[in-house]
Formats: sequence, structure tokens, C-alpha cells
Amino acid sequence: MTKSSWLKPTVLPGFGLSLGFATFYLSLIVLLPLAALLGHSLTLSWAEFWKVVASDRAIASYQLTFGASFIAAAVNLVFGLIVAWVLVRYNFFGKKVIDALVDLPFALPTAVAGIALTAIYAPNGWIGQHLSALGIKAAYSPLGVTLALIFIGLPFVVRTVQPVLEDLEKEIEEAAASLGANRLQTFCRILFPALLPSLLTGFALAFARAVGEYGSVVFISGNMPMKTEITPLLIMTRLEQFDYAGAAALGSVMLFISFILLLLINLLQHWSNNRHGAKA
Amino acid sequence: MSSLPLAFSHPAAAALRKATTEPAWVRLLLTCIALLFLALFLVLPLFIVFSEAFARGAELYWASISEPAALHAIKLTLIAAAIAVPCNVIFGLAASWAIAKFQFKGRQLLITLIDLPIAVSPVIVGLSLMLIFGARGYLGDWLMDHDVRIMFAVPGIVLATIFITFPFVARELIPLMQEQGREQEEAALTLGANGWQTFFRVTLPSVKWALLYGVILANARAMGEFGAVSVVSGKIREQTNTMPLHIEILYNEYQFAAAFAVSSLLALLALVTLLLKSLLEYKAAKNLAVTGPN
Repeated sequence: MTKSSWLKPTVLPGFGLSLGFATFYLSLIVLLPLAALLGHSLTLSWAEFWKVVASDRAIASYQLTFGASFIAAAVNLVFGLIVAWVLVRYNFFGKKVIDALVDLPFALPTAVAGIALTAIYAPNGWIGQHLSALGIKAAYSPLGVTLALIFIGLPFVVRTVQPVLEDLEKEIEEAAASLGANRLQTFCRILFPALLPSLLTGFALAFARAVGEYGSVVFISGNMPMKTEITPLLIMTRLEQFDYAGAAALGSVMLFISFILLLLINLLQHWSNNRHGAKA
Repeated sequence: MSSLPLAFSHPAAAALRKATTEPAWVRLLLTCIALLFLALFLVLPLFIVFSEAFARGAELYWASISEPAALHAIKLTLIAAAIAVPCNVIFGLAASWAIAKFQFKGRQLLITLIDLPIAVSPVIVGLSLMLIFGARGYLGDWLMDHDVRIMFAVPGIVLATIFITFPFVARELIPLMQEQGREQEEAALTLGANGWQTFFRVTLPSVKWALLYGVILANARAMGEFGAVSVVSGKIREQTNTMPLHIEILYNEYQFAAAFAVSSLLALLALVTLLLKSLLEYKAAKNLAVTGPN
């Protein structure tokens, strides 16, 4: 195979050096460790592997991890759309500051978020005491896990919807209105379908982030096996018991799910860009 | 001057405005819902960090952040970020040069693989490193024989931090460099510049704000990383404790005020990060307005 059959010719130099270094570094830092993880889980026989990844404790942890992540991403889908809408369409005092603050969950270390949320929702905390008076246990329960995951995933929907909403042409809405649609019809039939790909992308990103989250959840969850133990924590427990193969087996299950989610997100972004690009 | 109020009071204009925006009560309701949601999930946690940090007075606050264990944790956090971020800057520049300036097969795959660390759980990052460098990992015996410590030592923490912050710089640079195309570099080459000159005098200046943006995001993540580092560090006080791990230890020892005091430093870092980020976004928008989209 000649070089030009897979590389379009250009006068710019440095292709070999930059691509070579980038792939070497990628392989060394990212691919090699992940391959080691998969390799290690292969040391188990299929029956042993299945026993680890389908144990009652593991299944309880999947249910909590995926259930809480799904609910958190759904909450962010609804409120993220409202926040993005308000930030793009309305004017109010302090809008710029609030816009900047939306990225806080990206910038605030997860351990800090974890202890702050626990202080708020613990039975003697600011909000926790009122909730426990109503008989609702927030911290140290699946609800607490969900609250932490809402915080972690908050920016994703806002940041994927915001640019699409900004670029939507006002003329389309005017046309809908002049053809007799009321505001709700315009939103449901014109705006919402246009926003749907970006909404779903934001949802998937928030979900993927929540599934892998560890730092903020360990503080607020209470970490009771079968009840409030997320899968990353179960991996941690296995590791602390020097059960490397068990940890690797659970880790490769999660890695596989991450791959699928990444693929899904890529497809959604592709769809979103196509739609978005076709309009512009 | 007089046409403006006229336009607004014109019945057709008023009808158009009414047709393309919501009634005032809906606007108010949506704004209130959005602000309440953000106040509950963003402002309150931030406020709690600072109020709890000073709950036992400024003296204890100062003592908590100036004790030897805290100072060591701060130092280690700074060291890890100071190694990880430049490594990823070099990678980001190399990867974006190859991806944005050349058309080759497998380009899309490379972009997807660069995004991979964002989708992988931090605990899995730590676990993977453990399975290579840990006592029972693939290289465990060899490292033991040669007396090299990577796990439960600083190199492990640095490796985990590099993995976690891997995509940040590259992700900011790739789309921008793709958008800029290659005409400028081609012009520089025709005028007799060599490859490195072209890169340092033409490409690098034109992406400097995006580069800085990536560095700021990577730095914030590097200093705050908890999950991955917590697997590989072993949490030995004054040896392998970073700030987030130090916070966990203090918290688990019920030293809440001290835990929040150290947290407040990281929260401050987060606020500075957000401020710089907004400034850079403002700057990039202004640049675009001056040069105009081409």
C-alpha cells in the first residue's frame, strides 16, 4: 500500500511525526491500561466470570447505578431545557454570571461536591432536616445517589441545547405564527423537533457521566451493599480485598457499556450536526 | 429616534412579538423554575462549602489548611497537575496537527479514541493501572525486582491524572484547527518558512486562546480528580495524599470543618476556572467579531 492511498497529499510537513507521537501516546496512556483490564478479566473462566458479574450484589449495584443515572439524566433533560431556554431567550439581572455558573459541576472536584451535598441532605443538614421531618431519607439512600448524579450531569443538556437554540432562525417561528399556530403549537411542532437531537445527546452525555461517577456518590450514598452500593464502589471493594480478577470482570462490563454509550453519543451527535447543519 | 417607539407600538410589530414569544407569566414562571433549580443544585452546595469551612472560626480554618499534611497534599496536587497538563498539551498539539491538517483513513476512529477517557469511569482508570503496575499486575514482578514503585507512589498518581485529563486540550484544538484550514500554513511554507517555524509562528498563535482554554479545563480536572487517584495512591498521609484524598480522610475522621476548609481551596480554584473560562469565551467571541467568520 502506498502512502498516498490512505493519506491525501499535501505540502504540509510533520504528518508522520505528529500522528506517530499521538498514536504512541494514546496507546501507552489509554489503550494499554484498558487492554490490561480486558486481559485480566480473561484469566477467569466463563463460569467464574459470570458468577462475579451476575452475583446478587453486582446486579443490585447495576440497578442502582443505571436506575439513578437514568432518573438523574431525565431530571436534567427537563430542567436543562428550561435553563437553556431561559438563558437564550430571556433577559434578567445576573444572566452572565448564572450562565458561567452552569459549568460549576465540570470545575468543582467531585469529592468537594460529595461532601457539600451530604452536608445539605444529611438528616441534620439544611434541607435534609426538613425532608426527614416529612419522613423522606435523602442522604444515605438511592435518592441521595440520584441527587449527586443530578449535580454531576447538570451542564450537559444545557450546553448541548444552548447553541442549537441560539442558531434557530426566528423566521421559522414567525412563519408558524402567521400560519395560525399558537405559541404552544409552535413549540411542540417546530422548536421541539429541532431541539430533539441535541436534547438526546445531552441526555446521553449526562447518563454516561453518571454511570461512571464515583467521587460525589461515595459520600452521600452510605455505601450499604445491596442497597446503596454503586458499581464503581463494588469494583473498589473487590480491589481492596485483592480480588483483582473479580474487579477486572466488573470493570470490563462497565467498560463495555461505556463503549456502547460512546458509540451512541457519536451517532446522536452526527444526527444532531446533520440536522443543525442542514438548517444553517 | 422617533421611529423606534413607533415600531414597538405598531400593532403589527406587537402582534409579531406576541406570536414569537411567550406570555409574561410563562416567561416569569420559566425563569423562576430555572433559577430555583440552579440555586438548589449549584449555589447552595457552593455556599455550604464556604459556610462550613468557617463554621468553627477563621483560626481553625487557617490551622486546617496550614498543617503539614494539608500542605503536603497541596504540594502533591500541584506537582501532579504540573506534569500531567504539559504532557497533554504536547499530545493535544500533535494530535490536532495530524487530525486537522491532514486527511487520512482512520481519522474518525482516532477522534473517537481520544474521547474515550471521558466515557470511562475514573475507578476503571485506576483499576487498569493497578493491573499493569500493581504488585500482582503484568509488570509487578519486574518493577519489584528493579525496586521501582509506581502504584501507591507519585508516578501512579501522575499516570492516573494524565489519563483522566487526556482529551481536554485535544478536544478544544481539533475543531478550531479544522475550521482554520491549511491556507495560512501553506502560504508560510511557500514564503520559505520551515515546518517548525510555520507551526510556532503561524499555527500556534492562531490557536493560543483555545489552547489556554483546554489547559484551564485540564488543570481543574487534574487538581480535583478523586476516583482514579484514590485507587492508585494508597492514601498514605504526607506521602501520596492529594487534596481531594486529604478531604476524604478528614471527612471520614469527622473533622468536618477541616475537610470543608481544604474543600474551600478547591472550590475557589473552580470559581477561578469558571471566571477565566468566561473571559476566554468573551475574548474568542470578540476575536471572531473583529476578524469576521470566513
